[in-house]
Amino acid sequence: MKTTVSILGGSGYGGGELLRLLLAHPCVEVKQVTSRSHLGEYVYQVHPNLRKRTQLKFSDPAVLEPVDILFLAQPHGQAQHHIEEYTQLSPKIIDLSADFRLKDPEVYEQWYGEKHSAPKWLSKFVYGLPELHRVELATATYVSGVGCNATASNLALLPLIKADLLDTSSPIYIEIKVGSSESGAEGNVGSHHAERANVIRTFSAFGHRHTAEVIQEMGVDNVSLTMTAVDLVRGALATAHARVKQGASNKDLWKAYRAVANENPFLRVAKEQRGIYRVPEPKILAGTNYADLGFELDESNGHVVAMCAIDNLMKGASGSAVQCMNLMMGWDETLGLEFIGLHPI
Amino acid sequence: MATVSCPECAAELTLVEGTEVGELIVCSDCGVDLEVTSLQPAAVQLAPREEEDWGE
Repeated sequence: MKTTVSILGGSGYGGGELLRLLLAHPCVEVKQVTSRSHLGEYVYQVHPNLRKRTQLKFSDPAVLEPVDILFLAQPHGQAQHHIEEYTQLSPKIIDLSADFRLKDPEVYEQWYGEKHSAPKWLSKFVYGLPELHRVELATATYVSGVGCNATASNLALLPLIKADLLDTSSPIYIEIKVGSSESGAEGNVGSHHAERANVIRTFSAFGHRHTAEVIQEMGVDNVSLTMTAVDLVRGALATAHARVKQGASNKDLWKAYRAVANENPFLRVAKEQRGIYRVPEPKILAGTNYADLGFELDESNGHVVAMCAIDNLMKGASGSAVQCMNLMMGWDETLGLEFIGLHPI
Repeated sequence: MATVSCPECAAELTLVEGTEVGELIVCSDCGVDLEVTSLQPAAVQLAPREEEDWGE
């Protein structure tokens, strides 16, 4: 008997990607996908890649039925107002939005500019990045989503932090190039094709909300994220500039990166001496749950450039959510996430 | 079979039977070219490589 799941808010890019993964997952059955704006429409009419794959229609959120796992893929700011109702529908919840990522209500207010509506729930959620919380996820009931830019940043820093190689007294600057799907399916003036095509546009020099997730999860204070929109649909590349502790060598970094790649099925070291793809690049990761990590160290001064490429909709959102589900259910964490990408693409 | 440590990334590499001094091998982790300089004891060094700019 398969585990039943439903998606609340399934018409966006995150919800669509989640549905693509869940429909192919061997252990789950998708019962309902909701959307108010597309109520009654076949889901493939909004997510055309699912044509002939499902005959599901978008349901009204008001008629959601109980399921084993409820995924929330609504816009930010909605789940926190209804979390009590949702927990009546399902014993396990995975929320892709930003509502339950931060642990401290004051920090939430600082970064999101308003008080959290359900602060007592913040501590009940496990931050949904398996590479950081695999053990907690195995027994978790409620799991938050992850910010895509935060994920690229956190994974870029993870090997250095975990091996205690980073000089955290020095500032960490992370430049993130992002594709247009990060801005969601709704669109805005800036995402209009004539304005978005061919751009390299720094739209957030600092102060991006995802910075709070990096501070929380990496335990670093002196970190700044800069977001630059580039001419991609899917993909995010984080390039972090930082300083390693005195005496840290290339071999030390190799050892650290090798260790995290060995411990995590979706982390790979991309640091090649030959070929074209010598460093992490989002291009070849489209549709996969991989995060490719790389680094360059100037041993003469300790300046390290740490890189991480992901598909923002996969490792940066829905892929990680499915990986979390696998861990919560005691399944192989790679189930339903085996796609290895395309080349050329 | 003898093992050596890659001078670039410290990966442990195994020299397969029949490896000869002067032979070039590739580190399976970092992909760097290595020249086998000795078999007793086993030793390797970085092989010279051409600088490339990838056309940039």
